[in-house]
Amino acid sequence: MKIRICIIAAVFALVAVGSGQALAASPTLDSIKSRGALKCGITTALAGFAFADKRGVWRGFDVDFCRALAAALGVKVKFIPTNAKERFPALQSGEVDVLFRNTTWTLSRDTRLGFDFAGVNYYDGQGFMVRKDSGIKSAKDLDGATVCVNAGTTTELNLGDYFRSNGMKYKAVVYETGTEVRQAYEAGRCDVHTTDASGLAAQRSAMKVPGDHIILPEIISKEPLGPAVRHGDNEWGDIVRWVLNAIIIAEEKGLTQGNVSRMAISTKDPEVQRLLGKTGSVGDDLGLDPDWALKAIRKIGNYGEVFERNIGKKTPLALARGLNQLWSKGGILYAPPVR
Amino acid sequence: MSGEIIGAVPPLEAGPPKMNIGVVGWIRMNLFNTWYNSILTVLSLSLIYYTVTSLLNWGVRLARFTGVKPEDCQGIDGACWPVISDNWAFFMVGTYPYELRWRPLMALLVVVALIMLAVWPRIRRMRLYQLAWLVSPIVIFIIIKGSDTFGLSQVDTRHWGGVMLTVILSVVGIVFAFPIGLMLALGRRSRMPVINILCVGYIEMIRGVPLITVLFMSSIMLPLFFPEGFNLDKVLRAQIGIIMFAAAYQAEVVRGGLQGVDRGQEEAAMALGLSYWQSMVLIVLPQALKIVIPTMVSSAISLLKDTSLVVIIGLFDLLGIANLVLANPIWLGKMFETYVFVAAIYWVMCFSMSRYARRLEIRFSAGDR
Amino acid sequence: MTELTQEQGKVQLISWRNPAVRSVVYQIVSVVLVGFAAYTIFQNTVANLTKRGIASGFSFLNIESGFAISEVMPVPMLEPGFVSFISSIFLGLIAAFVLHKWVTRKGKTVGGDYRLVLLTIFFIFVVPAITYLLTNHIFVTETYSEASSYGLGLVTGVFNTIKMSILGCILATIIGFFVGIARLSSNWLVAKLAETYVEIIRNIPVLLQIFFWYFAVIRTLPMVRESINFFDVFIINNRGIYLPDPTPLPGFHPFLIALFVACVGVYFRLRHVKAVQDLTGRQLPVLFPSIAILIVFPGLVWMGLGAPVELSYPKLTGFNFTGGLNPSPEYAAMLMGLSIYHGSQIAEIVRSGIQAVSTGQKEAARALGLRGGFVMRLVVIPQAMRVIIPPLTSQYLGVTKNSSLGVAIGFPELVSVGGTILNQSGQAIEIIGITMAVYLAASLMISVFMNWYNEKMKLVER
Repeated sequence: MKIRICIIAAVFALVAVGSGQALAASPTLDSIKSRGALKCGITTALAGFAFADKRGVWRGFDVDFCRALAAALGVKVKFIPTNAKERFPALQSGEVDVLFRNTTWTLSRDTRLGFDFAGVNYYDGQGFMVRKDSGIKSAKDLDGATVCVNAGTTTELNLGDYFRSNGMKYKAVVYETGTEVRQAYEAGRCDVHTTDASGLAAQRSAMKVPGDHIILPEIISKEPLGPAVRHGDNEWGDIVRWVLNAIIIAEEKGLTQGNVSRMAISTKDPEVQRLLGKTGSVGDDLGLDPDWALKAIRKIGNYGEVFERNIGKKTPLALARGLNQLWSKGGILYAPPVR
Repeated sequence: MSGEIIGAVPPLEAGPPKMNIGVVGWIRMNLFNTWYNSILTVLSLSLIYYTVTSLLNWGVRLARFTGVKPEDCQGIDGACWPVISDNWAFFMVGTYPYELRWRPLMALLVVVALIMLAVWPRIRRMRLYQLAWLVSPIVIFIIIKGSDTFGLSQVDTRHWGGVMLTVILSVVGIVFAFPIGLMLALGRRSRMPVINILCVGYIEMIRGVPLITVLFMSSIMLPLFFPEGFNLDKVLRAQIGIIMFAAAYQAEVVRGGLQGVDRGQEEAAMALGLSYWQSMVLIVLPQALKIVIPTMVSSAISLLKDTSLVVIIGLFDLLGIANLVLANPIWLGKMFETYVFVAAIYWVMCFSMSRYARRLEIRFSAGDR
Repeated sequence: MTELTQEQGKVQLISWRNPAVRSVVYQIVSVVLVGFAAYTIFQNTVANLTKRGIASGFSFLNIESGFAISEVMPVPMLEPGFVSFISSIFLGLIAAFVLHKWVTRKGKTVGGDYRLVLLTIFFIFVVPAITYLLTNHIFVTETYSEASSYGLGLVTGVFNTIKMSILGCILATIIGFFVGIARLSSNWLVAKLAETYVEIIRNIPVLLQIFFWYFAVIRTLPMVRESINFFDVFIINNRGIYLPDPTPLPGFHPFLIALFVACVGVYFRLRHVKAVQDLTGRQLPVLFPSIAILIVFPGLVWMGLGAPVELSYPKLTGFNFTGGLNPSPEYAAMLMGLSIYHGSQIAEIVRSGIQAVSTGQKEAARALGLRGGFVMRLVVIPQAMRVIIPPLTSQYLGVTKNSSLGVAIGFPELVSVGGTILNQSGQAIEIIGITMAVYLAASLMISVFMNWYNEKMKLVER
């Protein structure tokens, strides 16, 4: 007992000494730099958004944004897969620096959970998927259905709201991970699979016969998915926000993975010059190198490229740009100016 | 037991009635001695026949053993064993990097070699050999985790999995829980009220809650207990939870042993002028621990089974890997094969340990006679 | 440190060699260290929570939850009248107890005089019943829905845990006694079969067994449209088992009361029979009169009320079968996993308990002329129970604690519901604290009850 106590005391003494360091402008950025790696929280497995390929390399839409952020900082990236229940404690406790994990921006998460959302990288909405042979054509026909849903998500709450407000009954069966939800739905435990529409497309692509399932037309909620950081470190929040914006602006300005290095030298557009560090001091202002955006874009390309590569028309998910088109082309993707 | 008169014993040459000896006699005595036993025998035989034949049909006769692709299993009614062979390395070491898989294998070889050497009593008594056992955990840790000083690239614990992770969690759990449990048990017997209350409180609290809540505590709450920037690895956090849990149970096991030692032993030691620690280390504990070694092996078995709960907090131990394999769409629906295989691994580990515990028990009780 | 100086004043020999001094120092040091550790943890946690603006405290329990729980039941919420109801029960029991003591001292039994029986019934049942009627209602039941609070969600989780544990314990006990006795069967084959069962099951993790039942067995049952259907009465598919559900009609309560009264009657008669035997050695018939009381009286009431129960059968409507009793697949898998696993453990307990009774006892019983069944019932089992009860307690605790594994397959017990709330409200510390407190309380209650029972069994021995 006493020995144990001594050990504990020693540990705490060490911890107390270790915690006495002075706080710099962005503690998160400092610890990332000293560690040499960004710890990026992603989902455990969601085709197109974040999944490990055969060789164990992480790929996907959210994964690409992690890579861009790490490239802008000039550090390596370490992916930390989390399930729905682990993600918030992981961010709160500092196990991850940023959460790129189809997390919906909501008021209570912004306040009660102690987060800040640095923007939106995918505008989504909740949908329903059913078996084709069930003959269901609309979400209004779902009265009495059994619904499989991921525990502890906004979709779980929207589901309740939707059925309640439409006076319909349902039975929810909840699981911890998206994979479990998919398996349960596919085995016939539920009639309906619900999550964000993009997630449904991803899940459908991972099924044995994707063609047997259809996604109903109704979108029952707004699900702005974006990167979350801890509340209180605004400098770090700024960095995440502007790396995301840089990727969006790159598409606006026609910068691609292929041409961005050339453009950095030849461009005449003053905003691009500022963005890519040719003029001005935006890199300094963020506490980064001048070529931060150049490195990020060189790593993953612009928003359109990331989208098409991971979840676009040519992928098994076959998602349309929809809301996630630039504002100038009918979507709502709109990045503030670099000035 | 019999109260017959000596003179009434029949002459030896007559022997027992014919039907009570030999195979037939044994069967009559043990299986068909009464009418309801006969019925039970017939029922049991048909149950055995049904189970064994259907298992053999599924697992052997109609099963597919060769091939590595899921298509190889199309159109068969039996088991599809390629799901095991194709994912073999996965089951053993999890997502440990492919090109580094020789390292866990080497660690295994180190352990096997040490165990093999124990066969010769001469080597077993050598100082060098005992030292090798003491050093081996560090060596194994370096081999598996990697160390820049030895030129072995670091492997993140997120890639630890399968049988390897299960064994690591249980062995480290039991090794670290033992000294803590020992201290707790001594504290619980202590006459100092404060120490007594602290130890009893800890033991009873941990034993009163399910392991999963302890694991949640160590994986979700623990990070909030430390200042920002102090991060513990996810596997390490689970390991801490397991140690905390196992320590309380070890404490009770040790306490059982301490109770088995006569108080007179301790009093005699005190009378000889030994200090508390001297009397404990030299007199009481050696006797107490000897009594509880079989119980300790049983609690090690329980711990090995309990480590499967880490799957709930998202680690990929043997059971977690099974679920991961089943989540792969190409191996969809191979639940029976996967779970039966994983259950067999657990069973072999636990059953061999329980046999070992029983042998120890018999050996020790023989020594006490 | 001031305490130390006080000690110095009292103790003559202030030296490290003095055990009393050492003991005090050790204790102070350990208190300081543990206190320091607890304080540091508390400080760090508070600092972490405030710096990141994470909400804390228990006010979140009143917030509307918004999510559904797949298995809900009416949960009793206590009303003020509950206290008076409970106290009337206690008062009635005390009065009956005093009466019983008084009668026994006079050398009679309560069962011997119908007036005394009536008086006892009055104390135990009528007094609480009158209080119940006077206080109008003692609790209201509330059923969880999306509009309910997090708090009610947690309570529903607790009730699901209880529902799981109780049935799990009962089934495990049945399996355990059955297999444990089979292990000692004189039939070699039966004994070996039972041993095989025990050795296989208890060496495989219970979570793996639950996964096996859930994913490999129940998941692979037919889908709803291809259900296995036994005459529309029993229906099995991968959404569970559907059974006819007995729905009580208006006359059901009187029937229950009649059944209860019959049980009480049998109980008092048994006591009476025993007392007569103790006093005079005369044995009165037991079995047939008891059965007669139990069947005839409630049976007459049942028929008089016109069979006040209606069976509702499951029907396929829309997506699912509705109506009928439907244990969910998650519940079924948990129940199978827990009862089969703990059944194997209990079997070993039962076996060693029976083996612990020395053969001399059995031989002596036979020598006294007792027949086979009586040897078991009167001699072996009572002695074996004393060995069996303590480890059986820890098995019951084990079932309760292992019911928390429901979180792994989506059975909405306490840990599972708590996890969802943890995630929706973000208040990890409070939720995990509540969960642990509930389990601790349950463990304490079970062990206190079992200790009491154990004591009672021990007193039988002279």
